[in-house]
Amino acid sequence: MVSVDLLINAIVAGILLGGFYAAVTVGITISFGMLDIANIAQPAFILLGSYASYIITYYVHVDPILVGVLMLPVFYVIGMAVYRLYYYSFELRGEQSIQGLAFFFGLLFVAEVSLVLIFGVDYRFVEAPYIGPSLHAGIVDLPLRMLIPCLVSLIMIALLQLYLSRSFIGRAILAVSQDGLALQLMAASPTRIKQIAFGISVATCSLAGTFLIIIQPIEPSIGRDYIGRIFAICVLGGMTSFPGMVAAALLIGIVESITATFYGPSWAPAVAFGFLLITLAVRPAGLAGR
Amino acid sequence: MNLSSTSDGALLAVSGLGKRFGGFVALESIDLTIAEGERVGLIGPNGSGKSTLVNCLCGTLRNETGTVLFDGKPLDGLIAHERTRLGLARSFQLPKPFHTLSLIDNLRVPLLYTVNARPGHHLPDSEVRTRCEELLEAVALAEKARRLPRDLTQVEMRKLELARAVATEPRLLFADEAMAGLSPSEVEEIIAVLLRLNQQGITIVLIEHIMRAVMSFSTRLLVLVAGQKIADGLPQEVVRNPEVERAYLGE
Amino acid sequence: MRIGAFWIAAALVGLVIVVATRLAFSNEYFFFAAYVVLQYIVLSTAWNILGGYTGYINFGTGAFFAIGAYTSAVLHKMPALLKTFDVMIPPIPLPVMILVGGVIAGVLGLGTGYLTLRLRGVFFAIATLAMTVVVQTLIVNWDYVGGSRGIYIIRPAQAPLGGSYIQYLYTLMMVLSVVSVGIARWIERSRLGLGFAAIRDDELAAEAGGVPTLRLKLIATTLSGALMGMAGAPLPYYVTYLDPASSFNLAYAVNSVAMPVIGGMTSWIGPIIGAVLLGTIQQLATVTISSALNLLIVGILLILFVIIAPNGIMGLISARQRRRAAIIEAAVQQRQAA
Repeated sequence: MVSVDLLINAIVAGILLGGFYAAVTVGITISFGMLDIANIAQPAFILLGSYASYIITYYVHVDPILVGVLMLPVFYVIGMAVYRLYYYSFELRGEQSIQGLAFFFGLLFVAEVSLVLIFGVDYRFVEAPYIGPSLHAGIVDLPLRMLIPCLVSLIMIALLQLYLSRSFIGRAILAVSQDGLALQLMAASPTRIKQIAFGISVATCSLAGTFLIIIQPIEPSIGRDYIGRIFAICVLGGMTSFPGMVAAALLIGIVESITATFYGPSWAPAVAFGFLLITLAVRPAGLAGR
Repeated sequence: MNLSSTSDGALLAVSGLGKRFGGFVALESIDLTIAEGERVGLIGPNGSGKSTLVNCLCGTLRNETGTVLFDGKPLDGLIAHERTRLGLARSFQLPKPFHTLSLIDNLRVPLLYTVNARPGHHLPDSEVRTRCEELLEAVALAEKARRLPRDLTQVEMRKLELARAVATEPRLLFADEAMAGLSPSEVEEIIAVLLRLNQQGITIVLIEHIMRAVMSFSTRLLVLVAGQKIADGLPQEVVRNPEVERAYLGE
Repeated sequence: MRIGAFWIAAALVGLVIVVATRLAFSNEYFFFAAYVVLQYIVLSTAWNILGGYTGYINFGTGAFFAIGAYTSAVLHKMPALLKTFDVMIPPIPLPVMILVGGVIAGVLGLGTGYLTLRLRGVFFAIATLAMTVVVQTLIVNWDYVGGSRGIYIIRPAQAPLGGSYIQYLYTLMMVLSVVSVGIARWIERSRLGLGFAAIRDDELAAEAGGVPTLRLKLIATTLSGALMGMAGAPLPYYVTYLDPASSFNLAYAVNSVAMPVIGGMTSWIGPIIGAVLLGTIQQLATVTISSALNLLIVGILLILFVIIAPNGIMGLISARQRRRAAIIEAAVQQRQAA
């Protein structure tokens, strides 16, 4: 007999988790969904965001989310630089698939090992007044350390969606994702647009990383758990759609949360992977080629 | 002359073929038949669905509606390499050579995997090599047999592309815009190759924009506009068709 | 060299090296280190069959490798388990474990491939990356093999073929190296290899040319996975303490990608060059620098080579040869024109 109390709390926690997962995935929706760049190093950038928050709040006692926002331009520049390197090394040469993947894998790996060398394998965490207390609404517990990131995440995604649909550059990004050639004919440079888009996708990791370290203590190897999740959510959400991605993130968050509550937390990565496999198996038509 | 033959005896019989990409209807209920030995031209404005049709017939894409019979056998459910083995071949609009393989090896692939894969047929290695060299000679590429595709000129790449399709010993060959961007004399070269292949018994469907080539080559002309077939008949009559004129207004 | 002759030559080379080293070295450390290098020859060659020959990149070497290791652990405990049901079987010999490990890892490869290979290569790569985590989760939750605590494996008292047990493991790994290299070279010269190359160069054109691309890709993933599993099968006896953290170590994943990339992906020689070069350097370096720093250097080398010399060392050599040939040809033509 399943405890209803437990189930409802698991679902609520899953929703909050899903909001966070959306922040983690929105960068991939842009870089993989729209630009067709399989940036498997995304978890590394997120962890970078987490450790950046950790270091800065260690010395300066500010709110971690504020740090995440302030670091947005830094990550944006990093993202543009990485895209430049990727573009000159691979896109120009036309050899995107295997070398490009190996490149991002190398980045992912070097990032994890560097973090181990610099910070060691101990768990790190940040402190903030909302880490710890929870809101209580009847039988439902809303831990603030999950609620706040979830809300900020949804705000961030909504702002991004506005930007993409209203601003000139945003709409150029959407255009590039559908037809790079059309954009060239409009005399805008697709490369410059893609650079900006990729920069944005990495910039989101600044905030996503902050959310991560607020929600749980981190250590370098947890990036690996996120690969499956990120791509599962992106694919399930339809690759380019933000609303679809958010829905997929909520779904996976809820299923993971229920699995963790009733079967133990170590099965969580398997849930996302299972979703990934099922999605890939069931929707091949929309995925084979674009 | 009986232009739209009945499906008995036709090499290729397509009925009701439709293909959509999400909400966009690329092909709408296409009917056509092709008899053995014909030289059929397929023309239409850009984006009218010509390549999509070829992709569906050859199995690269899957059509949602309609049936395709090849020599009386239904092709539904067969994927591309199976259709090639039955005798349907195509060359690609943008040449897709195997860029790390020599020209000879480029031809060995279809020979080993199509000709040698058919029941009964088994060319030993020495014959395979001879056949590759013959195919290269037929398109005047024998000198560059050991070279890589990147050492080829545009027209040579097109010829390699055709040679690869011919290597599969097809009964029906779709030549998809094999002449785009070539000079008039190069276009003549390719036409000559295609005519020779037709004389050897290969039915050819020529998808092309260059009207001069299409008119001189084809015994029958099909016109595709916005995913629908709007004309099907003798070339001289089809070009006088007012609908066809309208479709090409400004071309 | 004809294929039969190659197998004999390779086997002879392996035999000579094994005999010579066993006679020459009494210090066990050499065999410990050489085992690792040979293991990487197998892993790199296996990876390259799918990666370099067919063009599909696999980031989940760790999963296949660990499956081989844990299959051996299960088989090692089998006699004790069956004894409680009054079924007596002798201890299972290591070569049998290697074969079984290969089969199970091969099945994993087939399964992963079947689920993802009808889509673009990118999805296969992502799936292999995510898969490692999942397989690790399964092992961590399986108490029979020790879960996260790990399991102790006691080496048999007597090593077959005389000498120490480590020398026996070293010999077995040499056999696996010869076998995997032999298979790789056989593939290169066969119709199968031509099909793989066609898939790598242009999958659509290959399919249109009659190549059954899905079937060939599945063969590649199964074979590659099986060899990786076989490389992992002797691991429990090598380390004597098997735990998920070390057997799923990222070192296997990154090395099996870096070694073929750096050595050269288009022929059987490249992975050997990469494995011997990087493997030896790493074995020497672990004495002086930390293993994390060690891996960092491998990762950086991978990135550098992918950007600057994507065809690896073999690619640099053949590029140099081609430039030399072109210079000579130009000089000859100049002389003829004069």
